[in-house]
Amino acid sequence: MSALGESAGPAAERGASEGLPSALAQAHAYAAQHRPVRTEPRAVRIALTLVALAFLTLFIGLPLVAVFYEAFKRGWQAYVAALIEPDALAAIRLTLIVAAISVVANLLFGLVASWCIAKFEFPGKTFLITLIDLPFSVSPVVAGLVYVLLFGSQGLFAAYLQAWDIKIIFALPGIVLATIFVTFPFVARELIPLMQEQGTAEEEAAISLGASGLSTFFRVTLPNVKWALLYGVLLCNARAMGEFGAVSVVSGHVRGLTNTMPLHIEILYNEYQFVASFAVASLLALLALVTLVAKTILEHRLAEEDR
Amino acid sequence: MTIDVVGVTKRFKTFAALDNVSLTIRTGELVALLGPSGSGKTTLLRIIAGLEWPDSGEVRFDGEDALARSVRERNVGFVFQHYALFRHMNVFENVAFGLRVRRGADKLPEAAIREKVNELLSLVQIDWLAERYPAQLSGGQRQRVALARALAISPRVLLLDEPFGALDAKVRKELRRWLRHLHEELPVTSVLVTHDQEEALELADRVVVMGHGKIEQVGSPAEVYDNPATAFVHDFIGETIALPGEVKGGALYLGGHALGLDSQGVADGPARILARPHDVDLADPGATPISGKVLAVRTFGPTRRADVQLAGRDGPVVVEAAVPHGQTLEPGTQVGLRPRRYKVFAA
Repeated sequence: MSALGESAGPAAERGASEGLPSALAQAHAYAAQHRPVRTEPRAVRIALTLVALAFLTLFIGLPLVAVFYEAFKRGWQAYVAALIEPDALAAIRLTLIVAAISVVANLLFGLVASWCIAKFEFPGKTFLITLIDLPFSVSPVVAGLVYVLLFGSQGLFAAYLQAWDIKIIFALPGIVLATIFVTFPFVARELIPLMQEQGTAEEEAAISLGASGLSTFFRVTLPNVKWALLYGVLLCNARAMGEFGAVSVVSGHVRGLTNTMPLHIEILYNEYQFVASFAVASLLALLALVTLVAKTILEHRLAEEDR
Repeated sequence: MTIDVVGVTKRFKTFAALDNVSLTIRTGELVALLGPSGSGKTTLLRIIAGLEWPDSGEVRFDGEDALARSVRERNVGFVFQHYALFRHMNVFENVAFGLRVRRGADKLPEAAIREKVNELLSLVQIDWLAERYPAQLSGGQRQRVALARALAISPRVLLLDEPFGALDAKVRKELRRWLRHLHEELPVTSVLVTHDQEEALELADRVVVMGHGKIEQVGSPAEVYDNPATAFVHDFIGETIALPGEVKGGALYLGGHALGLDSQGVADGPARILARPHDVDLADPGATPISGKVLAVRTFGPTRRADVQLAGRDGPVVVEAAVPHGQTLEPGTQVGLRPRRYKVFAA
């Protein structure tokens, strides 16, 4: 767009000075006066762009390349061997299970929370909105610690949990709880503004046409937010799979049992198994890239719906 | 269907949206609820629809208690202010919605749904838009879709909330005529909410003028225009010249001068004399007790108006008088005003 404008600009001015009809010349003069508000000289614009690109390359591009470079340093065989090793497979399986449970849970929580926040008025609404944002402002390590304090062997509910022989900390439930806590805001945060903007008129219309509450939800409310919902789920999933801090506190780092992929990577790295560590890390990096592409597509869809 | 609203009161926190409102709407009528924003007209419409519940009072459809039924069961067609079309459905599916959500014995086969929707789309003259999405339609087309969708459930009551509010002036006028025509074709009782007096007066069989949560007057368009029951109605409908006068011993005074006009039975005390600009003649300043200085003369289209400054009860008052064609009026000159028709209300 800007390149086009630039190449057309000087040519048009030349044409005007070479004795075109006066009305056309005036039109060109008018266009010149009303150039888009972009006063920075070309050199400044290029310099700024280069600085931005340099930062991107240095801080995001290089590390990403480094992950794959380190992972493939010893060739394909070493890479594949690191991934099909039983502990690595267990970590991948655990990560998938944790992500599946917490994404589904947050999908439901997020939908319910944003639905009642956007469509109804009730006391304490502002407080609820603030509460939903809490995981964003609390350190994940603190989040993990809270669960240890609640469900750990010295914790608040320790007696009950021991009596019923339920293990939460240093086991799957603890990891899932911590992940749900950390990823809670993603779906709700996407949906609340959109639902608030859409208001309740369409739902009222549906009910006045004889639809039941459930049918209104599935035929009107849900389709109206489907892209935003997918977007939220995507971000939620990326974070759930990559979460380190909170999970690290509650996991106990039992190899092949309670290690998720990020924890497994850390252990391998600390044991100087760089190739294996970067091989697993490359999976997470791939996930990030896939998420990025899907996110771009979804953003495009969302913008289209906004028209 | 007859709609009876009896003693309905509705409060939002401390704000009384409706204060003991009673109204009867007769079968087949087209009634306009007219009032400024905040007058409670939309709240009344939503209570009739079942989208809002009154704090007290009754709503009866053909004598039956409507409040016992939810909006789902009331079988009212509601056209929303901004149409509230389902954005992810095309025009056809929007109109079909009310038929598709039916359950049990009322459920229609697909062929019957298609037939009915196509029939409705041709009734509102947009059958060629069936595959479009709401975002691809103009305001007037959306309005027609909203109407067709509301009519799909064969309602006996059609409720319209500011149906022409979001349209430009030309489309508005065209759709107004068309809606009137549609109302006459269908066996339906229609209630329309509007803040646009022209719309209400042109369209409705009867106009309900509302202000501050109360009904100020119910009457035919001619009645509310020519015989406003209250100063509020006079002010709200049509143009109004307002003079702050006084009634003393049964006679009307303005700024200390006796006006020699009938006080229309208003008790002694401060009063407002209200008249339509076209009911006030310009006169020689010596020949009438009401006179003042011309401040400015404005012309818009066929009408010309003069701002005339009069001496009122507490200081000068500026009123807008109609200037007949062919008469010139220079700013700064003195001019007399003689009302042919006017109303006096206690202030």
